[in-house]
Amino acid sequence: MSIYTLGIDVGSTASKCVILKDGSEIVAKSLIDVGAGTTGPARAIDAVLDAAGMTHEDMSFTLATGYGRNSLDGIAHAQMSELSCHAKGAAFLYPDVHTVIDIGGQDVKAMHIENGALVNFQMNDKCAAGTGRFLDVMARVLEVKVSELGDLAEKSTKRIAISSTCTVFAESEVISQLAQATDKCDIINGIHHSVANRVVGLVNRIGVQDRVVMTGGVAQNKGIVDSLEEGLGHIVYTSPLTQYVGALGAALFAYQKALKQQR
Amino acid sequence: MAKEVSPGVKALRKVVDDVYADARKAKAEGKLVGWSSSKFPCELAEAFDLNVMYPENQAAGIAANRDGEIMCQAAEDLGFDNDICGYARISLAYAAGKRAARKIDWDKEDGYVINPRTGKPLKDENGNVVLDADGKPVKDPKTQTPYIVLEDIHEIEALPEGREKERRRESIQPYRQMRMPQPDFVLCCNNICNCMTKWYENIARMCNIPLIMIDIPYNNTMDPNPENVKYIRAQFDNAIKQLEELTGKKFDEKKFEHACAQANRTAQNWLKVCNYLQYKPAPLSGFDLFNHMADVVTARGKKEAADAFDLLAEDLEKNIKDGTSTLPFPEQYRVMFEGIPCWPKLPNLFKPLKANGINVTAVVYAPAFGFVYNNMDEMVSAYCKAPNSVSIEKGVEWREGICRDNKVDGVLVHYNRSCKPWSGYMAEMQRRFTADLGIPCAGFDGDQADPRNFNEAQYETRVQGLVEAMQIRKEAME
Repeated sequence: MSIYTLGIDVGSTASKCVILKDGSEIVAKSLIDVGAGTTGPARAIDAVLDAAGMTHEDMSFTLATGYGRNSLDGIAHAQMSELSCHAKGAAFLYPDVHTVIDIGGQDVKAMHIENGALVNFQMNDKCAAGTGRFLDVMARVLEVKVSELGDLAEKSTKRIAISSTCTVFAESEVISQLAQATDKCDIINGIHHSVANRVVGLVNRIGVQDRVVMTGGVAQNKGIVDSLEEGLGHIVYTSPLTQYVGALGAALFAYQKALKQQR
Repeated sequence: MAKEVSPGVKALRKVVDDVYADARKAKAEGKLVGWSSSKFPCELAEAFDLNVMYPENQAAGIAANRDGEIMCQAAEDLGFDNDICGYARISLAYAAGKRAARKIDWDKEDGYVINPRTGKPLKDENGNVVLDADGKPVKDPKTQTPYIVLEDIHEIEALPEGREKERRRESIQPYRQMRMPQPDFVLCCNNICNCMTKWYENIARMCNIPLIMIDIPYNNTMDPNPENVKYIRAQFDNAIKQLEELTGKKFDEKKFEHACAQANRTAQNWLKVCNYLQYKPAPLSGFDLFNHMADVVTARGKKEAADAFDLLAEDLEKNIKDGTSTLPFPEQYRVMFEGIPCWPKLPNLFKPLKANGINVTAVVYAPAFGFVYNNMDEMVSAYCKAPNSVSIEKGVEWREGICRDNKVDGVLVHYNRSCKPWSGYMAEMQRRFTADLGIPCAGFDGDQADPRNFNEAQYETRVQGLVEAMQIRKEAME
């Protein structure tokens, strides 16, 4: 009989779920654009079960990860950090991965992977500059959708320097550039470069080793990925499943735990 | 039932209590009381029978008692920048006469205004939490505490004698750190950190008192070079001259030698206690050492401190024989905790460690304060070595030594916003620990005294990540 496991990634800005069959086949996935402390997690769970045509009782093991991982009483059988889950998910998609970068809603992680397992990591300091939230704030002031940032940056002809680390001051810098009628695309290019710079510093601390994989929703932004490649001097791989990597890792760990329980 | 306190721990607590009580008594009798940085040669003050207080220890206590924020803010209101060390801010506010105090309820004869947000949930006879009409837990009034406000001793002392003066005096937080006497002189040695120099200069100016300064150059060699030793030795001689002028007494060599012998004994016994963390499982929680540090700092030159550490060693020996530990949970992982703890957030620091069976079995304070010397030049060299005055090579050697001896599985690094030098070199040290020892390291942001610089959710994720990485490594090794 097949084993089905559910991985739930309750982030600070989005909730993601993945149902896995026998630890190898993705049966269903879901994503709701609100995270911890909202209806997001419950809606994401309902959506993934609906998509799979299954109930929670069909799941042999449910594992939660992410900022809100401890908020799923009665649903998750265990919790693990998003660090291990992103590492696990990335190694499932790219077995030869050694470096994983994840830009989350309020933190940035750089992980060193050996044989598919997390060996060491670095995270951003207490400041949330250079995280997904930073991009949200900038998109709002530029009056564009965060999902459009990547395409707009491709149209840039020159890079505007956004030098402030602080999100509030960086926002002021952007406003000042807009007031000077600077091309939005060039400003976005500068924003991407500013985010990438902070991340590169973090990745260098753990040592960059190929293959480098970027996970999380921000990896859909081609401008950020390009800036990271430029800063690191390495190719940065991203998967179409990038937003689900944490949940996928959680479902994979859930499968391991389900197997242990069976023994 | 309250946890039983072992004879060693009791003795150690008494030593620090006595140091504070003796200083208060001395002050009341009109004798001189000084303030000293933690690694100023205490042997000199002991030779002159001087009562000395330690602002670093005081600031840690104030922070642990949750008054760090109000005192830091008080210093900021005086014009000191928020980026300055939290201990320095607390100490400078204190030196200026600022105190954390209970908010007085003037409508009552002797009551205080209770902060409704404080207190533990009230439980009924069956141990169930009592709920109010809205379904919210009712607070146990016995555990509720008053609001804390800022007081000024100079303002109080300027008041005419009477009820107001009396009540405001009484309202000052009733623990020992808030009753430390104001200084008559300051002893500063900048081996422990360079911010110390300006911090103590400020106190000296604020209180218009003498500053006795010993400047320790940063050591960019593994051992202090002879030129530096000569330079510092001359400063020791000068400090003795200044202390003679201050006290009107001649330097008593016999007393000095006695103090040196006691300081050596305390250091040896401190190391002996620290080395019990080499046992696996350890007979003590490494967090205990953070508390016992108070004795090494405030009473290193005193016989009572050496005796108390001897007693503690006996307790630990007994724990080993009985197979017990002061760690309140089974030890699954062993880590080095790098840096000064976030004193205001000690329970939050401990919570995920407890949840994951992590014991702190290595702290850098062991080698930093466990120094022994045989003559004056060796003593000078010993005072050259503190966490922020040794080269990175020496710092790595210290830490990797205790990591190996104390068999740690990982390292938890506190990037302490108060201590730029210490945190500044940690990124490189962290890289070396992983490269040399093959163990995972996790860093988190915090502060030794200012609670505004710590985020619990961030910390918990990092600890969990560290545990998972340690687990993977353990499984791979098995």
